[in-house]
Amino acid sequence: MSMLHIFNVSGSAVSAQSQRLNVVASNLANADTVAGPDGKAYKARQVVFQTVLMGQAGPGGTPDPKAAGVTVSTVTEDHTPGRRVHDPKHPAADADGYVTYSNVNAVEEMVNMISASRSYQSNVEVMTTAKSLLLKTLQMGQS
Amino acid sequence: MLNRLTESLDFQSRALVLRAERQRLIASNIANADTPGYQARDFDFAHALREAVGAVPTAGAAAATHARHIAPRAGATAEANLLYARASQPQVDRNTVDMDRERASFADNSVKYEATLRFINGSVRTMLEAMKSHTQG
Repeated sequence: MSMLHIFNVSGSAVSAQSQRLNVVASNLANADTVAGPDGKAYKARQVVFQTVLMGQAGPGGTPDPKAAGVTVSTVTEDHTPGRRVHDPKHPAADADGYVTYSNVNAVEEMVNMISASRSYQSNVEVMTTAKSLLLKTLQMGQS
Repeated sequence: MLNRLTESLDFQSRALVLRAERQRLIASNIANADTPGYQARDFDFAHALREAVGAVPTAGAAAATHARHIAPRAGATAEANLLYARASQPQVDRNTVDMDRERASFADNSVKYEATLRFINGSVRTMLEAMKSHTQG
C-alpha cells in the first residue's frame, strides 16, 4: 500500500508548514518589541526545511527516494541590527537617547505567511485526494 | 483454470500499482516545494509499465543464469528509472519543484488511477456475470 505513505509525506509537510507559520506569528507579534534589560532586541527567526526520506524501499531497509517528507532542520536567527529610533523619553532609551527595536520586517513576514498557508493548503488537498482514492480502492470489485 | 480468470486483471493491477507509486512521488514533490536544494522527481509511466509487464528488460537487471537468482523488482521501483526535473524557472535555493506542473500531474494521475480502478471493476463484473447460470437473474 504505497498510497498510505502519502499521509506520512504530506503530514510531515503540513506540520513543517505550520511550524513556519508559528515562527511567522512570533515574529509579527514581536515586531514592535524594544530591547530588554540585556540590551538585545528580539531577532527575527526563520525555519530551514530539509528533506527526510520516509519508508523503506526493500527488505534491506534502505530509505525510499519516492517518499520524501519534510522536516524543520533548524530555526535560524536573523542577525541584522535592529531598528534604532531616537526617543529620549522612552524608558528603554540608551545613553544617546536611542531605542533599539526588533529587526522584524513586517512585509517579509506577511509574504512568508501567505506562502506557508498556500503550501499548507496544497498538502491538505493532496491528502484529501489520496484518501478518496484509497476509499475507492477499498471498494474494488464490489460494485 | 482459475489463473486464466485473473490473468486479464494482471495488467490493470500492475498499472494500478505504478499509478500509486507515481501518486506518492508527486505528493513528495508537493511536500518539498519549499525545501532548499530539493530536486523534483518523476518517472516515465509508459516505460515503467512496459518494464513491469516484461515487454522490455528491467533497468539494471543482471542476467539470471541460475534458477535461484532473484530478479530485481520491476518497473518504477528501480532507482535508475527515477528522473530529475529541471527547473523551468531557476530559483536561488536550487529547488526545482514547479508547483503548477506538479499539481497538474497530480490531478492527471489521480484521474488515471480512478480510471484503472474502473477497468478492474468492469472486468470483475464481467467475470462474475459469466459465472452465473442461465437460470439466475
